[in-house]
Amino acid sequence: MIRIKCPYCGERDHSEFTYGGDASINYPSLDASEAEWTEAIFFRKNIKGFQKETWHHLNGCRMWLEVERSTITHEIKSVKPCHPDLQKLMELKK
Amino acid sequence: MTKFNAWNVFKNGLNGQTGWSRQWRDPEPKSNYNVIIIGGGLHGLATAYYLAKNHNVNKIAVLEKGWIGGGNAGRNTTIIRSNYMMPGSHEFYEHSLKLWENLSHELNYNVMFSQRAHVNLYHSPGAKDSNARRYNTMRLHGTDGELWDLNTLKKNIPHLNYNDARFPIIGAAVQRRAGNARHDSAVWGYARAADSLGVDIIQNCEVTGITRKNGNIESLQTSRGIMKGNKIGFAVAGNTSLLWQMADLGNLPIESHKLQAFVTEAVKPFLDHVVVYGVGGAHFYISQSDKGSLVFGGDLDWYKSYAQRGNLPMVQDVAEAAMAILPSIGRLRLLRHWAGVMDMSMDGTFFICKTPISNLYLNAGWNYGGFKASPASGWYFADLIANEQPHKYIQHHHLKRFEQGINLDERGAGPDPKLHG
Ligand SMILES: Cc1cc2nc3c(=O)[nH]c(=O)nc-3n(C[C@H](O)[C@H](O)[C@H](O)COP(=O)(O)OP(=O)(O)OC[C@H]3O[C@@H](n4cnc5c(N)ncnc54)[C@H](O)[C@@H]3O)c2cc1C
Ligand SMILES: [Zn+2]
Repeated sequence: MIRIKCPYCGERDHSEFTYGGDASINYPSLDASEAEWTEAIFFRKNIKGFQKETWHHLNGCRMWLEVERSTITHEIKSVKPCHPDLQKLMELKK
Repeated sequence: MTKFNAWNVFKNGLNGQTGWSRQWRDPEPKSNYNVIIIGGGLHGLATAYYLAKNHNVNKIAVLEKGWIGGGNAGRNTTIIRSNYMMPGSHEFYEHSLKLWENLSHELNYNVMFSQRAHVNLYHSPGAKDSNARRYNTMRLHGTDGELWDLNTLKKNIPHLNYNDARFPIIGAAVQRRAGNARHDSAVWGYARAADSLGVDIIQNCEVTGITRKNGNIESLQTSRGIMKGNKIGFAVAGNTSLLWQMADLGNLPIESHKLQAFVTEAVKPFLDHVVVYGVGGAHFYISQSDKGSLVFGGDLDWYKSYAQRGNLPMVQDVAEAAMAILPSIGRLRLLRHWAGVMDMSMDGTFFICKTPISNLYLNAGWNYGGFKASPASGWYFADLIANEQPHKYIQHHHLKRFEQGINLDERGAGPDPKLHG
């Protein structure tokens, strides 16, 4: 079991969360070329090692989180809310 | 290599089995080959075999970082079927099934192919309709497929949970020619047959670097020295992205996810078919091995991973699915479970194609379905490497299909690799 420290709820089993995907994708502007959109939607680095990824705390606070996790050992380095405003709020609370 | 036939079996029965020779050689790597296939799984070995057999290519090597069949080839639940609908994929998988039907003879090796029927349960009129559509499409293409009503199903498999299943079983879509085979035998059979045609199978040989020159791959760095090949093929399943980046080619429409398989203690003959159950969030497929163990699996572990070991929540999910349709196996103990690293593609369909490097060819994106595909995968990958032209069945199975809007999304699940089966 992977344990994810949700900044809002605390440390929970990963089975409370759903895995989103690669958090490092930069979606291009709406009028960007087809090639840029194809790259963003369909192509992945598929990193072996630490990667940034999204998880949804579906059976908890339902926040989307950005998690830095190793795809080899599953060790987690950092967790923070995906939304920058929520990030700021969580910082203030500390 | 001693041929397997009735006479040799008889003779060796009398001489204490002393007349058999090595099944394949263990050659030292040469520095130059016509074709180097990276990856000693089923796809790599089958490709080497058909290159030699169908296209008379010589000086072929298969490089395997561990032992052959140590990857997904030796970790899968061995289901073989051809109930695909997308153009190209359908013909491809049907050809694969036909190759399986004669594979033991072709390779002179018993791959224990068993056409025990693939029984895909359905639980709602909607599911019945969509299965009817799929299986009718198959029939129009000349593949066998039929629908079993509840009575036929009960007659064939009396011990499913027909009483109080949360999602009542109302029938099944069945492909009788489908079934399974022994995975290790398929690996050893292709290895032995390829070796006897002169293919060098080089184990403990990991490709660690790729040198490019003038738009070509010039040489490969490996744990057993530097090697050159006029043509290079990748067939490394879950490790494809790593080699792709070694060749400095950027990103791929592939993510690596792990899938688990489970084996119980052996029991007397109990389940004659491959049974598949999928409804709502559940996904479960099961068959009984010749030894008597029940072999089954479910979904991916749901997050990207290169670890060849599974997690416990999925063990529970799969056990729950098992109990939902086959409660009679509830007292069986699990003997083993393990995971393999799957090359999940963005639309659930594979790639057999050329690449931006003119002497590099790609075979990848097999999702959970690459075991059944192995013979055809080897067949058409060899054809592409030898003839430089994709066969018409695989003309859309290339990396540009997303840009061109030709997604081959059998399930209609969208561009999320973990959602494909
Ligand atoms: C649990 C599980 C259940 C499955 N069930 C089914 C099923 O029921 N039916 C079905 O059709 N399919 C199934 N599959 C999928 C199927 O097993 C795979 O799609 C298929 O085996 C992949 O092709 P392969 O055999 O060539 O891969 P692999 O056997 O993984 O071969 C790739 C090889 O490349 C080698 N390699 C990697 N990197 C390097 C390198 N740098 N240098 C040298 N060698 C390298 C690896 O060591 C490996 O041996 C299942 C898979 C799993 C894991
Ligand atoms: Zn939370």
